[in-house]
Amino acid sequence: MKLELRGITKRFGSLTANDHIDLVVRPGEIHALLGENGAGKSTLMNVLYGLYQADEGEILLDEKAQHFAGPGDAMAAGIGMVHQHFMLIPVFTVAENVMLGNEQTKAGGRLDLAAARARVREISARFGFDLDPDALVDDLPVGVQQRVEIIKALSRDAKVLVFDEPTAVLTPQETDELMVIMGQLRDAGTSIVFITHKLREVREIADRITIIRLGRVVGEAAPTASNAELASLMVGRSVELTVHKELAKPGDEALVVRDLSVIDALGQLVVNNVSFEVRRGEVLAIAGVQGNGQTELSEAIIGLQEKVLGSITLDGQSLVGMSVSRVLEAGVGFVPEDRNHDGLVGEFTIAENLMLDRSNTAPFVKRGTLQLAYLNQFAEEKTREFDVRSQGIQTPVGRLSGGNQQKVVLARELSRDLRLFVAAQPTRGIDVGSIEFVHKRIVETRDAGVPVIVVSTELDEVTALADRIAVMYRGSIVGIVPGNTSRDVLGLMMAGEVPDVITTVRADQIEGALL
Amino acid sequence: MSDTAVAATPQSPSGGSSTPAPAGTPVAPAPRSNQILRDILGGSVVISILAVVLALVAGGILIALTDEDVQTASGYFFSRPGDTLQAIWIAVSGAYSALFQGSVYNFGAVDFAKGIKPLTDTLTFATPLIAAGLGVGLAFRAGMFNIGGQGQMLIAAAAAGWVGYSFPLPYGIHLVLAVLAGIAGGALWGGIVGLLKARTGAHEVIVTIMLNYVAVYLVSYMLRTPGLLQAPGSNNPKTPAMLPTAVYPDLLGSSYNLHAGLLVSVAATVFVWWLLSRSSLGFKFRAVGVNPNAARVAGIDVKRSYVTVMLISGGLVGLAAVAQVLGTVTSGFSSGIDAGIGFDAITVALLGRSRPWGIFVAGILFGAFKAGGFSMQAGEGIPVDIVLVVQSLIVLFIAAPPLVRAVFRLPTPGVTGKKKPVRLAKAVAAK
Amino acid sequence: MSSQLSGPGSTAGATDLAGDGNLAGAGNLAGAGNLAVEVSDPATVSSATQHDRPDSSNGLARTIVKSWKAPIAFGIFTLIALVLFIVLGRDGISTFQLSNSNDLIQLPVVETPTRLAGVITTILLAAITVLAWLRVRANRRVPLWLTSIFGVLFLFGFLAWAAAGQTLPVPGLLVGTVSLSVPLIFGAMGGVISERVGVVNVAIEGQLLAGAFASAVVATITGSPYVGLIAAMVAGMLVSFVLAAFAIKYFVDQVIVGVVLNVLVVGLTNFLYSQVLSKNAELLNTPPRFDRIAIPVLSEIPIIGPTLFRQTIVVYLMYIAVAAVYFGLFHTKWGLRVRAVGEHPQAADTVGINVNSTRFRNVLLAGAITGFGGAYFTLVSVPSFNREMTAGLGYIALAAVIFGQWDPIRATLAALLFGFASNLQNVLGIIGSPVPSEFMLMLPYVLTIFAVAGLVGRSRGPAASGRPYIKS
Repeated sequence: MKLELRGITKRFGSLTANDHIDLVVRPGEIHALLGENGAGKSTLMNVLYGLYQADEGEILLDEKAQHFAGPGDAMAAGIGMVHQHFMLIPVFTVAENVMLGNEQTKAGGRLDLAAARARVREISARFGFDLDPDALVDDLPVGVQQRVEIIKALSRDAKVLVFDEPTAVLTPQETDELMVIMGQLRDAGTSIVFITHKLREVREIADRITIIRLGRVVGEAAPTASNAELASLMVGRSVELTVHKELAKPGDEALVVRDLSVIDALGQLVVNNVSFEVRRGEVLAIAGVQGNGQTELSEAIIGLQEKVLGSITLDGQSLVGMSVSRVLEAGVGFVPEDRNHDGLVGEFTIAENLMLDRSNTAPFVKRGTLQLAYLNQFAEEKTREFDVRSQGIQTPVGRLSGGNQQKVVLARELSRDLRLFVAAQPTRGIDVGSIEFVHKRIVETRDAGVPVIVVSTELDEVTALADRIAVMYRGSIVGIVPGNTSRDVLGLMMAGEVPDVITTVRADQIEGALL
Repeated sequence: MSDTAVAATPQSPSGGSSTPAPAGTPVAPAPRSNQILRDILGGSVVISILAVVLALVAGGILIALTDEDVQTASGYFFSRPGDTLQAIWIAVSGAYSALFQGSVYNFGAVDFAKGIKPLTDTLTFATPLIAAGLGVGLAFRAGMFNIGGQGQMLIAAAAAGWVGYSFPLPYGIHLVLAVLAGIAGGALWGGIVGLLKARTGAHEVIVTIMLNYVAVYLVSYMLRTPGLLQAPGSNNPKTPAMLPTAVYPDLLGSSYNLHAGLLVSVAATVFVWWLLSRSSLGFKFRAVGVNPNAARVAGIDVKRSYVTVMLISGGLVGLAAVAQVLGTVTSGFSSGIDAGIGFDAITVALLGRSRPWGIFVAGILFGAFKAGGFSMQAGEGIPVDIVLVVQSLIVLFIAAPPLVRAVFRLPTPGVTGKKKPVRLAKAVAAK
Repeated sequence: MSSQLSGPGSTAGATDLAGDGNLAGAGNLAGAGNLAVEVSDPATVSSATQHDRPDSSNGLARTIVKSWKAPIAFGIFTLIALVLFIVLGRDGISTFQLSNSNDLIQLPVVETPTRLAGVITTILLAAITVLAWLRVRANRRVPLWLTSIFGVLFLFGFLAWAAAGQTLPVPGLLVGTVSLSVPLIFGAMGGVISERVGVVNVAIEGQLLAGAFASAVVATITGSPYVGLIAAMVAGMLVSFVLAAFAIKYFVDQVIVGVVLNVLVVGLTNFLYSQVLSKNAELLNTPPRFDRIAIPVLSEIPIIGPTLFRQTIVVYLMYIAVAAVYFGLFHTKWGLRVRAVGEHPQAADTVGINVNSTRFRNVLLAGAITGFGGAYFTLVSVPSFNREMTAGLGYIALAAVIFGQWDPIRATLAALLFGFASNLQNVLGIIGSPVPSEFMLMLPYVLTIFAVAGLVGRSRGPAASGRPYIKS
């Protein structure tokens, strides 16, 4: 089926998320939609899927104009979507999830589960999935849940399939397998829209590439285009993918983690017997696909995890079992991976957020009373120093852009006397200008002699910042390698494999390590 | 292929998709005069006032519909519609004038001292409402929904009352001890809720509702059991009268009901204002209330905050019980001593938007409704329950500003430029 | 010391943990002794082929937290039994009367020496406690049947103790239980549907009261209790409509709306009762009542017959309602969609289900069912409407929903348990109770607190319950 979008425009208040976007997807092609976070890709697809109504423009399928009042209409017209955040009901079985919204019933209105199971088995067989229709979705691994999403779309005879950032949660291997499946679907005549911001994947599988930026189509490209070309189209100028930094001058071991295991609330061993150390003045990056224990590891250091085994010592002081506030007082700075969820109180002002983790002691609090005059002066200084752009320090933080919000978090954490700095996904979802700023501050912190841990799922960020890289897979550290390790090796390690050539390096070996 | 695109001027692209404003340019302000108008019209104060008006109108309709004269006159509406309208006017204006004269100033009184008595009654009724409203409102600010006012009041009343009638102590000391006992009783009953929430994650709404009933039965049992709370030599489920040493002194002499509890409520308002806007503890409460995750990551002990705020909240509600037991009804109390104040407090806190001085004003308004309601019942024969109807309608209207705006055709504030494209993933967290 | 290379052997590390149990023994862990470690999938990870096995990539070790709740609870109750039945044991004969005098089949009267019954019961309870303790120590669960036997035994011991030297009319106890449970069960069904679709229903109390009021007035005016039933449903729906409108359209906090609605309905019905009904009681508040219908044959079964099959039509409709809600929720398209909307509204939206209209319609349905239950007050229990006659039963129904874990059958059982507790208090009040009645009345509320605190079973509601669905 041929899909055509003509002049799609979608506004949210004063923001134009999609500005006259044109897109043609031919039958049996994989069309990549490439753009930065916030470029308007997801909005466009939600318009296509009937979740949003376009303010202007039209959607055509096989030259016929369509009007989708809701996802039901889009599905009926043959559009299927594999959502970035899976739209599956965790307490339902695979069969129930697949039949939902499209239920067959037997006499007396009873659900025909047998038919749904058969449908799941039939489609699974077509693609060689091995999927139990009666398994609870909650019990399935992420990669398999994605297949349930695909089956759900195919069970409705989707002719156009939209994959919204499908690889964000997958290992490189699972990603490869997904590429194979997408190829199979294309060969069967399905038109595929592949939304992503990862250049490599686009070049690997796409037949054609459309790049959007700031809600507008800025160009088309062939899969033969170079990374640099695609990247410059995506962000609107040539991008510096590397960060200028001097060679690290590692000092003494500051943070020593030994045999650390973390058990989550569900009783799962999410961090498994991890050991490493970080020296003063070096950046240790913790790389890995989302959900392999990095989050829990960083939370364990801060004291946010309740069941922690093993030892974490900072300058000889044990951090295990200490409350979060004591860990912070011990000189640990922390940038959480989801700043809106964990880092900031959106309704609080910039000033209030700047004292959020120092609400106990002087100079912000004296005898239980807030020192508002000091706070305001402090906030004025810090917003200037960290280039936080706003209407003033009394602006609620929720009104700032992602980049400015992250600067507030950074200003708060870096304005304490740090003995360790932990930054998780420090540049997720922020603009390029802010990314450069954040990276610069992280390197400055390192150069000031503070041990730094950067947790990131973006290989670009890891290789740009790290002096050493620890790769995590299923809760364990697969290996610790020098910062200049090649992507291919890192990719394999992220899938749990260790190439023979790799030996784990310590900080003082780094200059001699050759790869 | 990319040359033209690359040539674009370097600029900061938009930030995360949840933030409409491009980095660097602050949120574009609307034309100034326009904005101020919108803020005033759409702001909460106007909505609050309109909600009260709307609820009074609805109450008036109810009064008119059930009035016998109106019903009689409407029987011949088409022959003489004026009669019906006149009957409606008499019924409604009579009711609301009785409400006013019963709560503010009685124009029929012989002198000013008598005429102003309704206002003092209003303040007497407002005293416990303010205290309990502050308790509920404070818990709101920390993200806790305290529907347990009834239970907390009963336990507090039992504690304060027991101290108040049991031990003969010197003036001053006795009163202070009794008040503290009441605060402790309320804090205990509230603290259980905080503790259960902190330790087990039990939802405070369910726990407070259930604890209300537990308190009702517990206090009922104590009231009918000799040796516990029951007055010696009596068969009624009622305590002995309070000793004079434990009673709040009258503020305006014995011809008025107003007692020193009002001063305590004013002090409590100042205290809660200081707590919320000037203290470190209140800062933590507010952070926990708005974003417990961020609070936890910032080293604030969220669980301890739940316990602390419920202790303070219960203590404030306890003050309401103290005002009842040691101020308004000093002749001994029975299990109805809470007089629905625990639930009224929720409406007071909502009307006051959980801000201390807002609660203070809302408490006085609802105190006026109570005082006026009783004189309306006595004078006009309109059941006092109409006050409940009006109160609950006020809260419903306040909770839904779009409804009030729609009724009065007001502009919606902030439609220009503040609406965020809610990222789909945020509305309901995906797996 | 360089850090150990943890390569593919990392999962073997997990096996080690399980093997020598060092995880369970570690001192850092709070309550470490409660942990045992099992490896759910010790397979080593070597190649990409692993993804062909769907559940293999979840190779994380699982720790199983032993739950000592059951043995501890059993122990406490055994201790109570020891104190009540033996230490404070009463002498005399406890008589259980199993049939009414007019029953077709007469069962013999059971007589048991009170103290002996107490001793035997306590010994059996202790034995079950030990058994439960042994099972948990062996990493096994305490089965439901064991808990049930424990409960029944304790109840028997308690009744025997309470009825020392007295006769306990068992049929009366059970019939009264059903009578008191009817509005609770209807309320609980309304609560289950509403919460399953994602709207917290604190307004059950208001829906019951509105139903009671409307049925009384309409049945009196029309002279037909059936029309009264319909009026009750409409009244419940009206209350639900306000709840739905505010909660779904205006995104007002559902608990706030519920609480306020209850106050509003109390105010309205009180106002109308004083202003209108009490002045014209003959014309407006003397509803005709339903008669009991004995179902042939079934009603003659000893004990069960009088309890279940000599009831009014409202009770028979209740049986149907419970069965229908259960069947509908778990075996029909409607139920699948309702549960989907309550668990993950966005997922439901993306497959073309209109979340808000599904919620709206089902909240109305919940109101209709609850309102129906309200009619029981005025058309069956008492001859006329009275101020605040539901007396907080709506909140007990809410408790039953939670105690019954949002499952129609369990919620019904919970409602019956609460009905039983309050009727037991009535019956014991007549024969002279050794326990203050207030403590019996407190029981449902205390049990619910234990339930939400996770001390009794697991308590997890529909994931999206209470959260408004805001699209864009």
